[in-house]
Amino acid sequence: MELGPLLESIYLQYHYDFRHYSKASMERRAAQAMFRMNCKSLIELQEKVLLNAEAFFDLLQFFTVSVSEMFRDPSYYLALREKMFPILKTYPSLKIWVAGCSTGEEVYSLAILLQEEGLLDRTILYATDINPRSLAEAERGVFALGDVQKFTQNYQKSGGKHSLSDYYIASIDSVKFDRSLVKNITFSDHSLATDSVFSETQFVSCRNVLIYFDRDLQNRVFGLFHESLCRKGFLGLGTKETVEFSKYANDFNVFLPEEHIFQKIEKRGGVKRED
Amino acid sequence: MKTDQINAVVIGASAGGIEALQQILPRLPKGYHLPIVIVLHIPSGQRSYLSELFLTKTDMLVKEADEKEVIKSGTIYFAPPGYHLLIERDFTFSLSTEESVHYSRPSIDVLFESAAEAFGTHLLGILLTGASPDGAAGLKRIQDRGGVALIQNPDTALARVMPEAARSLLLPLSEQVLSLEEIVLLLLRLKR
Ligand SMILES: C[S@@+](CC[C@H](N)C(=O)[O-])C[C@H]1O[C@@H](n2cnc3c(N)ncnc32)[C@H](O)[C@@H]1O
Repeated sequence: MELGPLLESIYLQYHYDFRHYSKASMERRAAQAMFRMNCKSLIELQEKVLLNAEAFFDLLQFFTVSVSEMFRDPSYYLALREKMFPILKTYPSLKIWVAGCSTGEEVYSLAILLQEEGLLDRTILYATDINPRSLAEAERGVFALGDVQKFTQNYQKSGGKHSLSDYYIASIDSVKFDRSLVKNITFSDHSLATDSVFSETQFVSCRNVLIYFDRDLQNRVFGLFHESLCRKGFLGLGTKETVEFSKYANDFNVFLPEEHIFQKIEKRGGVKRED
Repeated sequence: MKTDQINAVVIGASAGGIEALQQILPRLPKGYHLPIVIVLHIPSGQRSYLSELFLTKTDMLVKEADEKEVIKSGTIYFAPPGYHLLIERDFTFSLSTEESVHYSRPSIDVLFESAAEAFGTHLLGILLTGASPDGAAGLKRIQDRGGVALIQNPDTALARVMPEAARSLLLPLSEQVLSLEEIVLLLLRLKR
């Protein structure tokens, strides 16, 4: 399957850049999209999405993997709570960037954690993604009831201080999280592949996004995070992601190796990197 | 069966898989000339110690696959828990947290299908014991791309759903349904 022409034309017309995504998984999702969108060939799919923006956004649902979970990898959140937040508490105000937030599970988890650590009121959370439908879902803060049992177990394992149900109201098939959690979250459409840095932050959490990118794009993204983070700012990644083999390997220390949390190195004497 | 140009082996298993692999992997010598990539279902939420478990049981190198890692011979790779494992055309690994397939992530189908595209006729796929139909479609894809597809004989498997699902999908060929011992002998016979 040769996705090149499709991805190129999508980039030209819609400025969504999938040209540097890992191929095997993209091919799998393109095959699913062809099937579900009733296209017999890639050419047909290409024609369809170029003619019709609505069809492009349908395709985007396949090209972006939106699967997420609250307190996914509870030990990550436990480590944030016990090891990182005590340091973040020393800042008068905080800015946190959740990059690739999908439908919001990660950023709601962080908001709950911040709330319990008494930090939410002085924190601004930026939650960004390229999928507008996911962002709209995230903003609503409604999750399927069927997922809540798992979320609750994760919350407890992550050192949760209350009961997860304190934060939502349940209906027949879904739960809606309390609006007090979102008041300091800004949801926005931002692409790690094409956009630039928009704010200085003390902590960037970007989990299970970089695995979809090739090395070049990963380097670009680490560059963005490096630029956004303040001195000694923290970078939290997914359990199978690391900055260690990237161009920015020497610009971060490993803060918590088990949890893949890194800390930006304070550089003295304005060392300039070669590009 | 064309087994003279195999460059990689992929193995899938579910219920009973650890026991089955314990009969296969310890028999392979240090520096075995092929890479072996394995998806073994384990109950979700459980941390996987598969690579640790087998580290002491075989002379081959054993590790959990990392994203962008170049696939090397002499090494046994396990899919990390919670991630699908895929093989790229440049023979590196990628990972994905896409939806589960047949309630499994990692899924055998996802590994086998991507491996079939990457290795084509140079791939050997083996589906062992299991109580899930995962892997059958993937093994069929390996066969469709000209690779070699093997199934553990359901009569010798702890759980027969998986090998039976594959048997009903595959184009039947001789020497396709084997006992674990026959699988070991075949692996040892593969030429460099
Ligand atoms: C698997 S989800 C990860 C969700 C969450 N971070 C977690 O770990 O549970 C990957 C997300 O990355 C987003 N994404 C993909 N490409 C992106 C890009 N170029 N910029 C920002 N987000 C992107 C997708 O839309 C998707 O929502």
